[in-house]
Amino acid sequence: MRANVSRYDLRAPDGLTEALHLVSNGWKPLAGGTDLMVLLEAGKLAERRLAGLWKLDELRGIEVGDETITLGALTIFAELRHSPVVGLNLPLLASAAAEIGGVANQNRATLGGNLANASPAADAAPALLVYDAELEIVSLEGTRRVPYHQFHRGYKEMDLRAGELIARIHLPNGRGRWQGCWRKVATRAAQAITKVSLAAAARVEEGRIAEIRIAYGAVAPYPLRCHRMEAALRGAALPAQLPPFDELAPIDDFRSTARYRLKVARNLMETFLASLA
Amino acid sequence: MSDQVELLLQVNGAARRVEAWPLERLLDVLRHGLGLKGTKEGCGEGECGSCVVIMDGKLVVSCLVPALEADGSSITTIEGLGGEAGLDSMQQAFVDEGAAQCGFCTPGMIMAANALCQGGRTMDHASIREGLAGNLCRCTGYMKILAAVRKAGGARP
Amino acid sequence: MGESAPRKDAPAKVTGRAQFVDDLTLPEMLYGVTVRSTVARGRIQRIRFDPAFEWDECVIVRAEDIPGRNVVPLIADDQPCLAGQVVNHAEEPVLLIAHEDRHMAESARRRVKVEYERLPGVYSIDAALRADAGAPFKSYTVAKGNVEEGFRRAKWVVEGEYETGAQEQLYIEPQGVLAVASPREGVTVWGSMQCPYYVQRALAAVFGLPEEMIRVVQCETGGGFGGKEEYPSMIAAHAALLAWKSRRPVKIIYDRAEDIAATTKRHPSRTRHRTGVAPDGTLTAMEIDFTLDGGAYCTLSPVVLSRGTIHAGGPYRCDNVRISSRAVATNHPPHGAFRGFGAPQSIFAMERHMDRIAKTIGMDPAELRRRNFLRQGDTTATGQVIRERVELPALLERALAESRWEEKRRTFAVTNGNGNVRRGMGIAAFMHGAGFTGSGERHLRSQVAVEATAEGKARVLASSCEMGQGSKTVLCQIAAEALGTKLEDVEIAQPDTAEVPDSGPTVASRTSMVVGKLVESAARDLRRTLDQSGLLEGRTFSEACRELVKRRGGFKSWSRYQPPPGQWWDDDRYSGDAYGTYSWAVQVAEVAVDLVTYETSVTAFVSAQEVGRVLNPALAEGQVEGGVAQGIGLALYEKVVYDKGRVVNSQMTNYIMPAPGDLPPIRSIFLETPYEFGPGGAKGLGELPIDGPAPAILNAVEDATGAAVARIPMTPEDLLDALERTHE
Repeated sequence: MRANVSRYDLRAPDGLTEALHLVSNGWKPLAGGTDLMVLLEAGKLAERRLAGLWKLDELRGIEVGDETITLGALTIFAELRHSPVVGLNLPLLASAAAEIGGVANQNRATLGGNLANASPAADAAPALLVYDAELEIVSLEGTRRVPYHQFHRGYKEMDLRAGELIARIHLPNGRGRWQGCWRKVATRAAQAITKVSLAAAARVEEGRIAEIRIAYGAVAPYPLRCHRMEAALRGAALPAQLPPFDELAPIDDFRSTARYRLKVARNLMETFLASLA
Repeated sequence: MSDQVELLLQVNGAARRVEAWPLERLLDVLRHGLGLKGTKEGCGEGECGSCVVIMDGKLVVSCLVPALEADGSSITTIEGLGGEAGLDSMQQAFVDEGAAQCGFCTPGMIMAANALCQGGRTMDHASIREGLAGNLCRCTGYMKILAAVRKAGGARP
Repeated sequence: MGESAPRKDAPAKVTGRAQFVDDLTLPEMLYGVTVRSTVARGRIQRIRFDPAFEWDECVIVRAEDIPGRNVVPLIADDQPCLAGQVVNHAEEPVLLIAHEDRHMAESARRRVKVEYERLPGVYSIDAALRADAGAPFKSYTVAKGNVEEGFRRAKWVVEGEYETGAQEQLYIEPQGVLAVASPREGVTVWGSMQCPYYVQRALAAVFGLPEEMIRVVQCETGGGFGGKEEYPSMIAAHAALLAWKSRRPVKIIYDRAEDIAATTKRHPSRTRHRTGVAPDGTLTAMEIDFTLDGGAYCTLSPVVLSRGTIHAGGPYRCDNVRISSRAVATNHPPHGAFRGFGAPQSIFAMERHMDRIAKTIGMDPAELRRRNFLRQGDTTATGQVIRERVELPALLERALAESRWEEKRRTFAVTNGNGNVRRGMGIAAFMHGAGFTGSGERHLRSQVAVEATAEGKARVLASSCEMGQGSKTVLCQIAAEALGTKLEDVEIAQPDTAEVPDSGPTVASRTSMVVGKLVESAARDLRRTLDQSGLLEGRTFSEACRELVKRRGGFKSWSRYQPPPGQWWDDDRYSGDAYGTYSWAVQVAEVAVDLVTYETSVTAFVSAQEVGRVLNPALAEGQVEGGVAQGIGLALYEKVVYDKGRVVNSQMTNYIMPAPGDLPPIRSIFLETPYEFGPGGAKGLGELPIDGPAPAILNAVEDATGAAVARIPMTPEDLLDALERTHE
């Protein structure tokens, strides 16, 4: 333990308004703690005042409408993984949830936390990009919505202002019928950080790709929706040619190499496209 | 800077009061505050599973749970299972199958295995491997742990 | 013996009652932390203490506070306990702080800034071998026959170069020690360790006290694997120095990041082979050049090098052998003991090289090995005559049969044409010398006692440490059999230098074989006493023990190590009987390589070994399964990344050891040929199983994909590079 916990303050607001007051006064939101508590232990948690969100039941749960599915930002991955609704309608998210850490971390880590932590390797992110998720962001000023693919802007930079919290994630219902894939490539079979991941889904009509969404993890400074790749494949006859990969900008780090990430990203796409044919 | 807070917990069935810093780890509350040393710290970052306990019915890594959040919760640690005179079926299976070597990951492994086997599901090795993915053991190669969990799992109510 | 008696320590471990060092507290105890160097090599210019901090509440120890010698004594006595003027590696201890609040101790640590004049460092074997880099810690030459002549007789000369990386022991319990110390009372420490008497010797030097004033107690130890062989001496000295100065108990527990970054790891290695091969596949000459990266201080490098050197030629007969080896100095944190102790490194090279030879000459790799196995009566590279029957051919047949070698290879040859998965099979054959090398056991002169207790038990007294391997259970089983009584009648003392004799360090696969033999002989002696005094007549064993204690006021029988007859060793010429005996093994790995992700998974593993008589089959299997798991980690997952001498990946999230989903079913097969000089016929086992997985796996990967990788760990990134090279 490399932090002196007596130097940190933590409060647990009883409701959203109280939480937003704290957050607007510079208190750092703390959800499942699977990222922030790790930073704390390493002595790297800069914020000294934290607002624990565990009492905010209004930010939990899965709501299913005809057109949309709404996920509370505090929904834990264990729930996403085991929810029949998510499994049926958002299968890529269910698969990703099942591969985030071990059972004990899936019981704690939240969807909103995974997005707000903004790791390029965040495992829920590619699925949400593929599903055209929209974030509902709240503050004392009110509520606004941001298409998730516009949320990340750079390494750990996102469209989330001081005083704001991610409240809910809205997803279209009905994407479960698309043909999709989620593939996480990590440093070992399970309980590991992603080196490269792909979420993709397509609607195939009469031997052509009618609609397609592609998103990668850990190949850019943030989870990457690949619009150019999608454009190249939209309308393509199957079997489709590989699209251009110039949107990807992977790096070398101690987990992997840029070369490997790019090569595997191509291979994963090749496998996905082959599965459509 | 903060003040210590008084927490009220149900630990292994008994009400316990303990002072802690709000952001102190549940792990430290258990070990230092309550003297329950059976829960172990192997990595301090939620990776090894040595510190897992049951909190309000869910398996959690206690090194990543802030003390304040545990206030009012119900916790089961390894001390809440059987003692040496009356091992529970998972503990007994760990003894019988030789699943404990150095013993340091063992309390966490048993807590995780018990959580996995709730409901008496009989599992194959693949699903046990997946269910214990968050618990690392350096001694055994996991073979005897899998055997123990399989043996005890089926015997569970 | 020969029965899977349940572990003596299991009930305490499954209930969480087993006491590890961090579970202990003493009244008035302080928490100690270590300020470490942030540069790999430099001169200390200034140490700044943040003036805003309450330093009065802390106890601070620097090198000048050391009452005795500033050294962690081992082989060369070159490693300081605390850095003086210079630091020679990153994370070198510079200064110690203790505080009664563990959070404040950590705050204090972060408020000390040490300024350095940076000096250039050496970070690779190549850099260390350049002429100006200074002398190696140690070098050896082992020679037999005439290598030049051997090469003249060869049809092929096959060359290869192989490398292995550092590996972290990653015991799940981090290191730690609790100490009390004062000039009047001396020093007492409790800790997680393998070698209490090493710690005692180190503390005696650091405090300038006689050994009787140093008491070392081993706590329950959460895995060691060599990592708690030498480093606990350092931590014990630190905790005791803080206790000495503060006059209060001090506990130091490393966090994981500190443990990975600062403590010892497996030595990285490079091996070059040049081998002459006759038309029939027999080896005519072996020239082997073996180098270890010793890190910044000598520590155990000479003996790790020695074992690696002796094992470098594998279990093969060859009349003409020359092995040259050296352990070089770099500015990495010192590398040290890790299960296998140099042998996994040189065996990796040998067994990969055997496959290269097989490929070169167009022979099946199993057949090539079969033709070259050492046989009874052959001599090894050091000139040791193998006196016992060598079971390698039988082990090979069993391993091949059990892994369905022929059938799988035929199947894979067909299926590998389709899809994105390539499957392959690989073998490794090897031996591992049990006990200390050469004259080591003779110098140790280990001692063991078995006493009768007033409670009516026989009690084994030895400093050998239980760290998960099952030694408490096995030593009690040996004693029970020698005493002719039930296991329940035998107990074993927790190692405590105030109470147990020095049975040597818990290393080198020596506990069952060497210490067990001493236990057997001391227990027999106690039995003889009971028999001769007639105490067993009409009494149970337990009553007889009680009676013996009553009549004689306590009774202990002692035994001391005697080398097996006829064993000779020449330390100067490095020849002779390197080990009393060897254990033998053949392992087969089956792998699947995913050509989409370049990930290799081991899908099945067979380990067939001959370790003399198996004393406790369940524990023996546990050793094999655990050793193979660590070997799989060494082969595929575990990579220590250094940046200018500092470990970059010092967390469990980025130093990757196998989790439950990464390991295959591991099948252990034991062939039992009793060894005349082991207790009940047993030989050493602990290290053997980690020697073979890495080469077997990389051989299997080559079988599957054609990619010949010569360096471990082989990550998917490495395999991608190798596949691209292969297909160019």
